[in-house]
Amino acid sequence: MTSLLTIIIVLFVAVAIWQLIKIFDLAQVGASNTQIADDKDNKMNGYLMMGFLAFIYIITILCFWYLGDLPLMSNSASEHGPGIDNLMAISMVVIFIVQTVTQFLLHYFAFKYKGEKGRKALFYADNNTLEAIWTGIPVIVLAGLIIYGLFTWNDIMNVDDQEDPLIVELYAQQFNWKARYGGEDNVLGKANVRLIDLDRANILGVDENDPNAQDDVIVTELHLPVNRPVLFKMRSQDVLHSAYMPHFRAQMNCVPGMVTQFGFTPTVTTADMRETEDMKDKVLNINKIRTEKSKELTANGEEALEPYEFDYLLICNKICGKSHYNMQMKIVVETEEEYNAWMAEQTTFAKSLN
Amino acid sequence: MSATVDTHNHDDHDVHHHKETFVTKYIFSQDHKMIAKQYLITGVIVMGIIGILMSLMIRMQIAWPEQPNAVFQALLGKWAPEGVMDADIYLALVTIHGTIMVFFVLTAGLSGTFSNLLIPLQIGARDMASGFLNMVSYWLFFVSCVIMILSFFVEAGPAAAGWTVYPPLSALPMAQPGSGTGMTMWLVSMAIFIASSLLGSLNYIVTVLNLRTKGMSMTRMPLTIWAFFITAVIGVISFPVLLSAALLLIMDRSFGTSFFLSDIFIQGEVLHYQGGSPVLYEHLFWFLGHPEVYIVLLPALGITSEIIATNSRKPIFGYRAMILSILAIAFLSTIVWGHHMFVSGMNPFLGSVFTFTTLLIAIPSAVKAFNYITTLWKGNLQMNPAMLFSIGLVSTFITGGLTGIILGDSALDINVHDTYFVVAHFHLVMGISALYGVFAGVYHWFPKMFGRMMNKNLGYIHFWITAICAYGVFFPMHFIGMAGLPRRYYTNSNFPLFDDTANTQVVITVFALIAGVAQIIFLYNFFSSIFYGKKAEQNPWRSTTLEWTTPVKHLHGNWPGAIPHVYRWPYDYSKPGHDEDFVPQTVPMKEGEEELHH
Repeated sequence: MTSLLTIIIVLFVAVAIWQLIKIFDLAQVGASNTQIADDKDNKMNGYLMMGFLAFIYIITILCFWYLGDLPLMSNSASEHGPGIDNLMAISMVVIFIVQTVTQFLLHYFAFKYKGEKGRKALFYADNNTLEAIWTGIPVIVLAGLIIYGLFTWNDIMNVDDQEDPLIVELYAQQFNWKARYGGEDNVLGKANVRLIDLDRANILGVDENDPNAQDDVIVTELHLPVNRPVLFKMRSQDVLHSAYMPHFRAQMNCVPGMVTQFGFTPTVTTADMRETEDMKDKVLNINKIRTEKSKELTANGEEALEPYEFDYLLICNKICGKSHYNMQMKIVVETEEEYNAWMAEQTTFAKSLN
Repeated sequence: MSATVDTHNHDDHDVHHHKETFVTKYIFSQDHKMIAKQYLITGVIVMGIIGILMSLMIRMQIAWPEQPNAVFQALLGKWAPEGVMDADIYLALVTIHGTIMVFFVLTAGLSGTFSNLLIPLQIGARDMASGFLNMVSYWLFFVSCVIMILSFFVEAGPAAAGWTVYPPLSALPMAQPGSGTGMTMWLVSMAIFIASSLLGSLNYIVTVLNLRTKGMSMTRMPLTIWAFFITAVIGVISFPVLLSAALLLIMDRSFGTSFFLSDIFIQGEVLHYQGGSPVLYEHLFWFLGHPEVYIVLLPALGITSEIIATNSRKPIFGYRAMILSILAIAFLSTIVWGHHMFVSGMNPFLGSVFTFTTLLIAIPSAVKAFNYITTLWKGNLQMNPAMLFSIGLVSTFITGGLTGIILGDSALDINVHDTYFVVAHFHLVMGISALYGVFAGVYHWFPKMFGRMMNKNLGYIHFWITAICAYGVFFPMHFIGMAGLPRRYYTNSNFPLFDDTANTQVVITVFALIAGVAQIIFLYNFFSSIFYGKKAEQNPWRSTTLEWTTPVKHLHGNWPGAIPHVYRWPYDYSKPGHDEDFVPQTVPMKEGEEELHH
């Protein structure tokens, strides 16, 4: 019944708008009815073009003012992060300049050369010099960006075995993450989904007979020692997922049937990150929003929201089904000692089997 | 200049022919002008309304997540128990919105309407090369629309794996409800759609190559025709690859093959699939998927070229450069697909290659943008609604195109891949731009289609509200994307980290709702003008191209007498030595007059 009412109301609103437009339409009869723009229309729309230019500039400034400081754009927490952030900043500056200039020219010309009866436009069909200039400039600028980009990309994607990275497997399933460490030998035991044995609690399909597998450690919260390179090996057991760790500027899909990889070095511990000025501001701001919302919730007799405390996160960033929006794992970056202490408390794979 | 094929032996047929019944005239019509209108009504108007309504529901859910909403309850029924949208149907809406807008509205609707209407009229042909194939193409399209809509009425709901329908999510019915019958219908619908699209494209190509009137050499064709022609070529190259991907996916789903699947454990059991790879599907999909962007965009740019030149009363600047950049874009568009897959697990070296080719495509795009701006310079701009939408298109094309420099750069893509930044980018550069192209085209060629004029003041209101809201929606969206917010999340309330983006989401939704409501102005203007609009004169915009030499009242065969011959390029606006500020293509060169554009 309410559905029907809603549909009727929506229809009524639509009809009301329709009728308003009709009234507007009919009210114009007798004014100008050629329906072809005349000088008056040209003038009005010419000025509106300048107004629109101002609108574009204002919305740009407002966005930078209010949203430019969402701290994920700064605050990278990995060794390669600043490289990406620099490249991003350079690209943004280029984009910003081109955007400002071209939008100005486009809208200013639309205003300046608005039509007048009797004036004749300039017959100007071609100019090879101009064409060469605006082919050449993008070529040079893009060449710079491409070269810088490719160096950055190769730096990130080439994993150096000399650095003795910590090997961690990220294991995705609908709708949660697990992490597997190589244990003392830092070598992951072989695994395949065909070896999964839920009765024995072998949920990742690790090969029970592989000697390298015995000391593997499987956890649901990812801990990383600061300043040590980590090489992630990603697996998925069901559909595509994507391991997205925005603070570390890291992302790689998890693909069933193959192992993908991504490596980085975390440089800031969770504790240190919480202490940075940017992060304090962000958390303060978020908690302000949450308190506001909690007031609303408690007024409706619902539970208040917990205050937010910063943590690094691994989140799923490839559509994977119903609970895609809530597929996350906490990441803790800590000092070597803290990490070792935490690791010592974990159960090895061999011991975890039923 | 002798490349034209002599079509004049057809001149005597078709003009006076037998009486048509209602069915042959309005339903199973083989006349290109009627088929264009059929595409406009089905593809753009009906499917467009459905697609936009879905986007508004998506936006309302994002802004006010998990709250009871009477609209959801009314429109979604069992999928919105007590008015709260279900997470599965959210993904289905995202999926079908994308599919409908990209394929049905902006591929079939846009090309189907304007290629059909303009190719014969602007090159001087009686009709398409094959009127019958043209009719079959439309009706296949119609069937695919019906199947896609019907998929909303199956038990478990329509496809919900995103418009890219990556396996295994789309391949395994146990992975999500939307991967059951709904997904099968999606694939069948798309297969039929591709058949329709291929028939249409082949027809366009053959018509452009063979049926040009005397004097209409390739370098005297309007840029609209160049754009439609190259679009059709891209379609013929890339759509078959999507068809093969769809067929292989159907095999995997229904016949137990393992093209895209391997090593899967789901809901407590190991599946038999072995040896396939979802990455293969991604390659096949994006081999169409990226050219598809240009299939959507090029016709809109072609329409813009024509409208900007006509309303600036100036030749389009750099006609040759415009053609070359269309060709360059077409070529490059087939070798850049990997930039959708930087983090898919493919070899990082390929990432480098695709970064290189992708950023190259910015060059012809920049040339086009600069040429449009220069065309305005020292013009005598007639601010008709079509002109406003064309200028708007150039504006959103620049804004949206520029952020492609970030997404095309593999190193930067790592952090913004699949975030709202991507959503903002492609909506501006291909969604909004192409929609503006559609609007511009409708306002401009409405007199040709229906013999009446649309109301200009309503057109102005429609443009300015839409233009402001389009930026209001998509400009801030870049920023929440850069903050790392992933797309396709049913709600962000499980991530306190993103709480500071919540207010922006509300602002975006409000702009979207206003923009949605503003489209009623267009619908009113469109339908009331068909019946009550002011009667159009033969050449209302004082344009040079051939379609305006046909009589206002449509007739089968387009020209009552012989097909006109063409003596000059289509952009002789404000040419020195002529009294009028336009010289139609049918006017012979004066003695000693030069074709200045060469």
